[in-house]
Amino acid sequence: MQLSSSPASATAEAPGNDLGITFEDVQLAFEQNKVLRGVSFNLRRGETKVLLGIAGAGKSTILKLALGLMKPDSGRIDVLGEEVSSMEEEDLFALRRRVGMVFQESALFDSLTVEENVSYRLREEHAPEDEIKRRVVEALRFVELEHTLEKFPSELSGGMRRRVAIARAIVNEPEVILYDSPTGGLDPITSTRIIELVVKQRDVYKTSALLVTHRLQDAFTLASSYFDPKANEMRPVTKDNPKNTNTSFMILRDGKVIFDGNATELACTNDEYIREFIS
Amino acid sequence: MALVSPAEIVKGNVLAIQEYSVLAGQAIRNIFRQPRYVADILQQADLIGVGSLPIVVLTGFFTGAVLALQSSATLVKFGSLSLTGQLVSLSMVRELGPVLTSLMVAGRNASGMASELGSMKVTEQIDAMRALGTDPTKKLVTPRVVSSVVMLFFLTIISDLVGLAGGWIVSLLMLGLNSYQFWNQAYQNLVAQDVTMGLVKPVIFGFIISTVGCYYGLSTKGGTQGVGRSTTQAVVAASVLILVVDFFVTRLIMSWFGSAV
Ligand SMILES: Nc1ncnc2c1ncn2[C@@H]1O[C@H](COP(=O)(O)OP(=O)(O)O)[C@@H](O)[C@H]1O
Ligand SMILES: [Mg+2]
Repeated sequence: MQLSSSPASATAEAPGNDLGITFEDVQLAFEQNKVLRGVSFNLRRGETKVLLGIAGAGKSTILKLALGLMKPDSGRIDVLGEEVSSMEEEDLFALRRRVGMVFQESALFDSLTVEENVSYRLREEHAPEDEIKRRVVEALRFVELEHTLEKFPSELSGGMRRRVAIARAIVNEPEVILYDSPTGGLDPITSTRIIELVVKQRDVYKTSALLVTHRLQDAFTLASSYFDPKANEMRPVTKDNPKNTNTSFMILRDGKVIFDGNATELACTNDEYIREFIS
Repeated sequence: MALVSPAEIVKGNVLAIQEYSVLAGQAIRNIFRQPRYVADILQQADLIGVGSLPIVVLTGFFTGAVLALQSSATLVKFGSLSLTGQLVSLSMVRELGPVLTSLMVAGRNASGMASELGSMKVTEQIDAMRALGTDPTKKLVTPRVVSSVVMLFFLTIISDLVGLAGGWIVSLLMLGLNSYQFWNQAYQNLVAQDVTMGLVKPVIFGFIISTVGCYYGLSTKGGTQGVGRSTTQAVVAASVLILVVDFFVTRLIMSWFGSAV
């Protein structure tokens, strides 16, 4: 992309990363409150990593750090081959356009309609009007809300707002999506629908994702389901029909990563805290 | 309430002033940078300019009227009631037009900006905007600054004119002066210094109102309660700052024109 302009760039030397997301010994404190005490992990391209931990463990903080919305006190963060932790706000905007984020409380712009919210990014990029229309309808159809174009966020239910937030995050086909508690505060049926959307995004578009949740059930559904595009629905992975769901788990405790691995490894762990956490 | 050491308070204030200065600097710098949000500028101009027009006309008119009434009581003692026009126009143009208009707009719009941006801050809409690749200082702050400055400039001129009209009506109906006497006095005695002062002030005050409103909005913490706090603080800070800066600007312009004491 910028082969000519960038000097023998830092991206080439970025350690052990295939251009997903890498955290290396990231530390962050708010005043006396040491939230992250050396967090390291690697999210590969195409992988979905579920971030677990109690409330206040620093899950949202990790997502905001990945987008450069906050700066770490120390450590290094690489996202899609760029070192976010040392970039200026001015330079981050271009990178952020390649990443989608679904905020914990949806964070829709409440002065804009659903259509304007979802198209926001495309309008900022001055995409042609007919393309905007097509993509917005496509994204809203993905979350099955194409009939709400002219509504304002205040007229929608919590679950619908969350789905609009997902549509807004995926509208320009980002390479990575960060989901912050997409099922938080929702009823089980709506939660499952939202998880189905995440699975669909993962299996149909092969997007990498970092997903925060405190509902363990969601995490297991993610790891044990695949999306069947023909039937247009989520199916459980069975012995006769093995699929790589490309999903891993990461558990945070006291500012550190105490587990990082796949479902099988999680089931085999001997750590008391984790066993209690997943039981 | 926890006791905070004076050193902490000073540190906090220095930090706040520094953050405010950075924001004010960015707001100006963005004017010369892409992207520019013209639609947002127009929307804000409508909100600030057209929306404030009624209160500005009312305050302007009655300020001019009461000025004529008050000054007549003194002037008549010296047998110079005919100077009423001059007094009204000098006070309106140099001082009361800009200051009262700004205070009105501060009460209305500094609070509006602080509460709007504050609610966006606490509901993570500001973060969402940054996440979507938009610089909030470009999209939210600069349009508010540009339209506040431009609109306050014109609102002040309107306030001056309406104030003069108020003074004229009182002079005509209650003081028994004739129109020619009033307008001649009002017009003849305005010099370059008065007009400069009257037009420089609203530009500076407009900048203060919008940057202070946006600063308090964007630095809101602590949920809806925090939004209420920011809103109040924004109006208080903007109003006090306007009055303090007014003194120094007056002094500065007087010395430019060599009429300082
Ligand atoms: N902007 C902030 N200022 C001060 N403290 C914060 C801020 N953001 C988060 N925290 C604190 O950091 C900790 C982790 O927060 P968060 O990442 O939101 O947790 P969660 O895992 O529940 O998403 C909490 O104790 C929270 O109070
Ligand atoms: Mg959180």
